[in-house]
Amino acid sequence: MKFIPHTQKEIEEMMRDIGISSLEDLFKDIPDEIKIKGKLNLPKPLSELGIKNEIENIFSSDIPPKRIFLGGGAYYHFIPSTVNYILNRGEFYTSYTPYQPELSQGILQALFEFQSVLSDLTGADVTNASMYDGSTSLVEAIFMAERIKDRRRLLVANSLNPEYQEVIKTYLKPRNIEIDYIDFGEDGRIDLDRLKNKSKDDFSSLVIQSPNFFGIIEDIEGINKIVKDKDALLILSITEMLSLGMLKPPFELGVDILTGEAQSFGLPLSFGGPYLGIIQTRKEFVREIPGRIVGETVDRNGERCFVMTLRTREQDIRREKAKSNICTNNSLNAIASLVYLMTVGPEGLKKIANLNYKKAHYLKQRLTNEGYSLTFSGPFFNEITVNLPFSYDILKEKLSLVGIEGGVPLRYYGLDNSYLFAVTEMNSREDIELLICALKEG
Amino acid sequence: MKLLKELSKRGKNKFDIEDDINSEVEILDDKYLRNDINIPDISEIELIRHFISLSRENYGVDNGFYPLGSCTMKYNPKINEEVAKREELKYFHPLTSIEYSQGFLKIMWEIEEFLKSLTGMDAFTLQPAAGAHGEYTGLRIMWEYFNEKGEKRNKVILPDSSHGTNPASSSMLGLEVIEIESKDGMVDPDKLFDVVDENTFALMLTNPNTLGFFEKDILKISKILKSKGALLYYDGANLNGFIGIARPGDMGFDAVHLNLHKTFSTPHGGGGPGSGPVGVKEFLKDYLPYPVIENNDEFYYFSKPAKSIGKVRSFFGNFSVILKAYLFIKELGFEGLKEVSQIAVLNANYIKEKLKKYYPSQFDKLVKHECVLSGKIYKNFGIKTLDIAKRIMDYGFHPPTIYFPHIVDEALMIEPTETENKETLDAFIEAMIKISDEIKNNPEVVKNAPNTTKIQRPDELKANKELKVKW
Repeated sequence: MKFIPHTQKEIEEMMRDIGISSLEDLFKDIPDEIKIKGKLNLPKPLSELGIKNEIENIFSSDIPPKRIFLGGGAYYHFIPSTVNYILNRGEFYTSYTPYQPELSQGILQALFEFQSVLSDLTGADVTNASMYDGSTSLVEAIFMAERIKDRRRLLVANSLNPEYQEVIKTYLKPRNIEIDYIDFGEDGRIDLDRLKNKSKDDFSSLVIQSPNFFGIIEDIEGINKIVKDKDALLILSITEMLSLGMLKPPFELGVDILTGEAQSFGLPLSFGGPYLGIIQTRKEFVREIPGRIVGETVDRNGERCFVMTLRTREQDIRREKAKSNICTNNSLNAIASLVYLMTVGPEGLKKIANLNYKKAHYLKQRLTNEGYSLTFSGPFFNEITVNLPFSYDILKEKLSLVGIEGGVPLRYYGLDNSYLFAVTEMNSREDIELLICALKEG
Repeated sequence: MKLLKELSKRGKNKFDIEDDINSEVEILDDKYLRNDINIPDISEIELIRHFISLSRENYGVDNGFYPLGSCTMKYNPKINEEVAKREELKYFHPLTSIEYSQGFLKIMWEIEEFLKSLTGMDAFTLQPAAGAHGEYTGLRIMWEYFNEKGEKRNKVILPDSSHGTNPASSSMLGLEVIEIESKDGMVDPDKLFDVVDENTFALMLTNPNTLGFFEKDILKISKILKSKGALLYYDGANLNGFIGIARPGDMGFDAVHLNLHKTFSTPHGGGGPGSGPVGVKEFLKDYLPYPVIENNDEFYYFSKPAKSIGKVRSFFGNFSVILKAYLFIKELGFEGLKEVSQIAVLNANYIKEKLKKYYPSQFDKLVKHECVLSGKIYKNFGIKTLDIAKRIMDYGFHPPTIYFPHIVDEALMIEPTETENKETLDAFIEAMIKISDEIKNNPEVVKNAPNTTKIQRPDELKANKELKVKW
């Protein structure tokens, strides 16, 4: 299959106009010693039908269980048909970064609306036009806080997604920023006494996640009071953005920078990506936020329109003094999440969030009725950590017998018999009963 | 066009979902609960019409010629989109047990093999989400390598024609940037020799560079760096200029990133998502971010390299983007990929030859995937390159990249790609020549462009000053 539209005659005409006699002449400036000799080891080209057949073969070997109780940073949620329908518009997905506003009002307005809706949802003043994912937006938030506070220490709640913790470590090592961890208590929430004991002016920011990696909802307001006493910033990471359909807008609780993974808003799980990084802040820090921001303005005829704005923060303008190196972001996924939020609407979002909460708590009821205990006692949203009297291998085997995937082991925390289950609107009551049955069997 | 908020009225949205749990559960304490969700409330039909209207105010490769230099705006094959949207992917959780994800891992393992073959590198990670993320990852790997050796090197050398992401990525690692002046649009080995020393961390180089020129002294450049123990980084944004013809791995590059959303045809999505795999030479392999994919007798699994820099993102990469690039390579094979660069280069040189006397820059030589022209001779007529770009819209094309690279005054950076035929190029050339006539005979029409777009010349200063980033 090829996508080159030239006829042989056209190629010859073009060569003649350029003044070359063969296509090889186009590469005569490349030294012979570094030119590829012969053929590289690549598969033979396939036709469209050939590709389809081959892909069918590859995918038919992977038929995973249909009942998914996996969470831990990516969530199994319903995707309305409207999302794909809009994403299929070639005008959107085959366009580039909107450098020329006259030809990009569609993307620009959609991104402005995305920024607005996400800000509405959390109470933020500013949302940028998207980041790669939840972990990398968190790193950028940490760098923002470092620039604002100019301190070399960072506090991180240990209940932050372990993958995110690993990403932070990678990014901070060359910067000589020390990371100090705050442990969690029996309720699975950040230990406030330990936080109180930290000295003032010592750290730039505290990073927390809520609902945290164990699914537990943190006392953001209480945490914020202590953080502000220490004259530091509070960074909140949310991996399950759907929780916002139920929980208080974080900026009303004092959060300074919010970062998130918005895969839950209409994005396919796709084996881990691409997802959607969110970064938001309050007005006073707008000049420190990385990446693209779309702003409203008027054109020469006074028509309302949209452009990329505050461009002097960005790499193509400021080079080494830019706030970040980010260029390509996740615009199309931002539009997907906007379509998702508009499809479900304010009432629908609340309904789905409440249903997630309800189903997860129904699972808790069923588990405790059967005599299993939860690892933590704190309030939770749609993820639940349960102690089970068997190893991960045995758990996997039990679940696979009934076609269930779930139970992320908390090995990272040394909690060997604790497993994390996510319950969403996609899990039926029957699935939950089946899960209970599977655990009881044998 | 109305904003979603202006369409909103409480009660319009009728979305519903079944609740099959008929027992009561404990309720969450009021202090955590929100009162209201203040996002627009609109009906489904309004939503569809809204976004369809928006899409009609946007221009993509599917609409027409999009010669945005350095961005490789080629055709995005539709079969790749269809495959990437399959049901299997939609609900495939990244933490699914490995025995169910063998097909996915096989695809990732195979594309790594293809990329190794195409670049001459020894190992790849598919994790970086974009080119800049790849740059960071590549530099971070090099940083770990030097750190382990106990070498404190902090200087990154960049040509003055480099992409803005290069210095920005260097800064993220706390490295210092030194820019060297180009000679005839290329790195001058003598100047390079003067600045490279024991503190030099690396030279970051785009090849073909942003002027479209192949860095002919690349072997000499590589030798200079190696003589001082410094490394050579390849910014793969312009790989379309010699894919299938030559390989960065044979030119002395130690680490490379590729932009799957450029060379390998995955769409740009109005700014993303992309994918920026990083390839390294054997001596850097153990530093790759984890997990890496291993293949033991057709069983694929993840592992962690011995000296891994750690993780650079969650999970394993932008899988559905990687899948599209995988399909593209399978569709073309080696000969097809070689033809990609041949025709991309043919197209770029054709445009350059036809337009160089109308938009002369200080350089005129063989280019690779793109050519950089200049609008500087029209400054006398009071016309800026921005005006030319706006006028191009009136002729139905997306303008080229403008004012980059900075070393060409009033730059017009044109990258046609291989998927545009001669008729399209001729129409574009004709339009550009007409515009040059207009500038001489009727400059007002250019100064007042565009005339055909719905909005014209937005006030960017106002956007900055009055900063309105939400409704």
